[in-house]
Amino acid sequence: MSGIISYGAYVPYYRLTRKAIGGGKGERAIASHDEDSVSMSVEAGRGALASSPAIDTLVFATNSAPYAEKLNAAAICSALDLPVQVNTIELANNTRMGLAALLLGTDLGKAGRTSLVCAGDLVIGAPGGARERDSGDAAVAFVTGPEEDAIARVLGRASATTEVLDVWRLPTDRFARQWEERFGIEVLGPVSLDTAQRALADANVAPDALASVILDATNSRDVAGIPRALGLKPEQVADMLAGSVGRSGVAHAGLVLAKTLDQAQPGDKILVLSTADGCDAVVLEVSDKIAQGRPARSVDQWLASSNNEVAYNTYLKWREILPFEPPRRPDPDRPAAPIMKRNERWKYAFYGSRCGSCGQGHLPPQRVCLKCRSIDEMVDERFADAACKITTYTLDHLAYSLQPPVVSTVVDFDCGGRLACELTDVDPGDVGIGDELEMTFRRFYTGQGVHNYFWKARPQR
Amino acid sequence: MASNGIKDQVAIVGMGCTPFGEHWDRDAADMLIDAASEAYESAGVKPADVDAYWLGTFASGISGMVFSEALKTPYKPVTRLENMCATGSEAIRNAAYAVASGAYDLVMAVGVEKLKDGGYSGLVIPGPDGDGTESSMTAPAMFSLLAPAYCEKYGVGEGELKDVLSHIAWKNHVAGAKNPKAQFRKEVSLEKICNSPRVAGMFGVFDCSGVSDGSAAAILCRAEDAYKYTDKPIFLKALSVAAGPNEGFISDEYDFTTFQEVVVSAQDAYKQAGITNPREEISMAEVHDCFTATELVLMEDMGFSERGEGWKDVMEGRFDGDGAQPINPDGGLKSFGHPIGASGLRMMYEMWLQLRGEAGERQIKDPKLGLTHNLGGQPGRCVSFISIVGRELG
Repeated sequence: MSGIISYGAYVPYYRLTRKAIGGGKGERAIASHDEDSVSMSVEAGRGALASSPAIDTLVFATNSAPYAEKLNAAAICSALDLPVQVNTIELANNTRMGLAALLLGTDLGKAGRTSLVCAGDLVIGAPGGARERDSGDAAVAFVTGPEEDAIARVLGRASATTEVLDVWRLPTDRFARQWEERFGIEVLGPVSLDTAQRALADANVAPDALASVILDATNSRDVAGIPRALGLKPEQVADMLAGSVGRSGVAHAGLVLAKTLDQAQPGDKILVLSTADGCDAVVLEVSDKIAQGRPARSVDQWLASSNNEVAYNTYLKWREILPFEPPRRPDPDRPAAPIMKRNERWKYAFYGSRCGSCGQGHLPPQRVCLKCRSIDEMVDERFADAACKITTYTLDHLAYSLQPPVVSTVVDFDCGGRLACELTDVDPGDVGIGDELEMTFRRFYTGQGVHNYFWKARPQR
Repeated sequence: MASNGIKDQVAIVGMGCTPFGEHWDRDAADMLIDAASEAYESAGVKPADVDAYWLGTFASGISGMVFSEALKTPYKPVTRLENMCATGSEAIRNAAYAVASGAYDLVMAVGVEKLKDGGYSGLVIPGPDGDGTESSMTAPAMFSLLAPAYCEKYGVGEGELKDVLSHIAWKNHVAGAKNPKAQFRKEVSLEKICNSPRVAGMFGVFDCSGVSDGSAAAILCRAEDAYKYTDKPIFLKALSVAAGPNEGFISDEYDFTTFQEVVVSAQDAYKQAGITNPREEISMAEVHDCFTATELVLMEDMGFSERGEGWKDVMEGRFDGDGAQPINPDGGLKSFGHPIGASGLRMMYEMWLQLRGEAGERQIKDPKLGLTHNLGGQPGRCVSFISIVGRELG
């Protein structure tokens, strides 16, 4: 047997209100211009890894892969400082792959393996359409492994695979298409109910014993009949965050599971179901270790820390849907492969160095100490989770950015060490010397077809 | 181990300087030809008389051939050098050492920059390939870090400091208006300066130096030969350069209210020249006013003002054209313009004119010692150059 050992979630800071798009209630989460499915998965992964054993497998699911060819999970692996010996698997092309990745992780757990499962998506719909309005951007991560460490163990599961033209997108298409809703409901509704029933039977759990039921689908109406068919009470059915996040692709079932686990009690039984070209369903039981596996930041905390004052045209620029006048500055250069490789621990895992002789911190890592001039006495030190404060800052109206002005800061780490870095997820009018910050992994820009990832600072969320 | 200097060993005997500005009709070679020709003529020499050349350019070409191909100098030694915005000054320094050593008798230091063909706003700094983790701060953003730090350290209000910065810009525009070779030849009102659109932090457009094209050149020889070429040579009293270890972006002790590189290079230069009280002994200075706040902090780093008192000296007019210690009498980078590789030589060109009494309506009365200060980089991470020149030996 196996289960979930720990988890973490990530909901980006910015929200787009449906009013700004043109109508509807609530808002959807939107990744900032410097985020993608990889960077958001790193943020979720940091939460999941805070209290976990050594990882030997990384599973990454996304439908918004930054690279169509190149192992996207390798950047996650490096940014999370996982060992090079990690086995990596990438899943894609269907929103169910997030839950599929979690089930794969728990299956690997039965074989004694400990996996980090990340699912992150940045869901872009055609402007004016339902997919743009109802989708969201988010990421979630689970560490899975043997049952003895689990905060939630797998009681049973079921799957179904359906060849159906429901949601599809050609590799060359920007936006996914969807067949008419009624058809999807007719085909995938029965498949979903059957899968739910088989999972419950496999787990030997009656519907009324469930504390929570998470029903995720490409079209929510595909699964809308399940509560009634199973005889569930309304309080058993989880809120799918339609008003605050929107459906966040591969991340969504897991994101709602994370929110459920934030509040779960030992003994709670949870049905998680995800429908897309078929269905996966799993029944979990929360263990008495639940308190130990929770991340520092709950989903509710991520939801509460937000800014929904993004204009629709700003969002469209961020997604490169709307062309715009660029600044009269050169396009950013692509980073060079050999230098990225040499400096991998700095660029991805955010390792600086500390002088073994005098203790001076250095970011980026140096060979010669600034303070005592010792050569090659440095000890590597990871600053990714170190707290820091603004020493000084400026608003740069001239620099290239999709969100000018750039807030440029000099930050000092509480543990000793200084860095000049960009501030993100911040209102430029709300920055002050002494503000407490935390580091966040971001995609700075894409230059000549190369994504440039590195770390920025942000106000604590 | 010592910085012995070459006080009074080397003289400048001829100079040339093109107008600075947006020269859409001229390339780097054209400007080199113009500046060098004026310098040859000024010293009364022919190109064949000059034994060796030091060419400073930041990014307008590679190698000494940028000059030798433009001027068709026949197989003379030409060294191209670069030290960021202090590039032009480095050409003077290296050329001076070459004649002082006896290796050559007559040499030229020349600088050029062609910035306006790029089509960008502000300065674009080319760099080596990178890993994409380098700070993307623009030059005004880097220097704008000085302003809030100065306010915080010395208890100056932001509005108060904005007035100080505007005064510096106003002063340098007043000077530039009197200079036929300056890029910006108009006085600008304090109100217009103060309300100009923000570029970075407290800096508006008028807090920033001009982006320009231009070239300047100097001919140098040993002091004992100087009067062969001119009745009014100027003599080098000190040449100093300091390159920093990047204290500013590593050490949490650095507070963005000083340039340690400037402090060190100034102290070295004063020692070489035998100056003990720069506030009184230096008649005038051309300093690296890339941004208004830079000039303010330089006044303190070079000992022209006490720490925390520079802003008061600025407001009292001490550094105005008619003040006790005029700073940037030619308009400075602010209104003369800043073609990187030429700027250090342009500063020396103003010393040349002022010490010879040829500065026209901006002539300072009876100057004895002048200082040029050239800086490349950013607060906390830069190279600083200082020279001191005088019209008399001793």
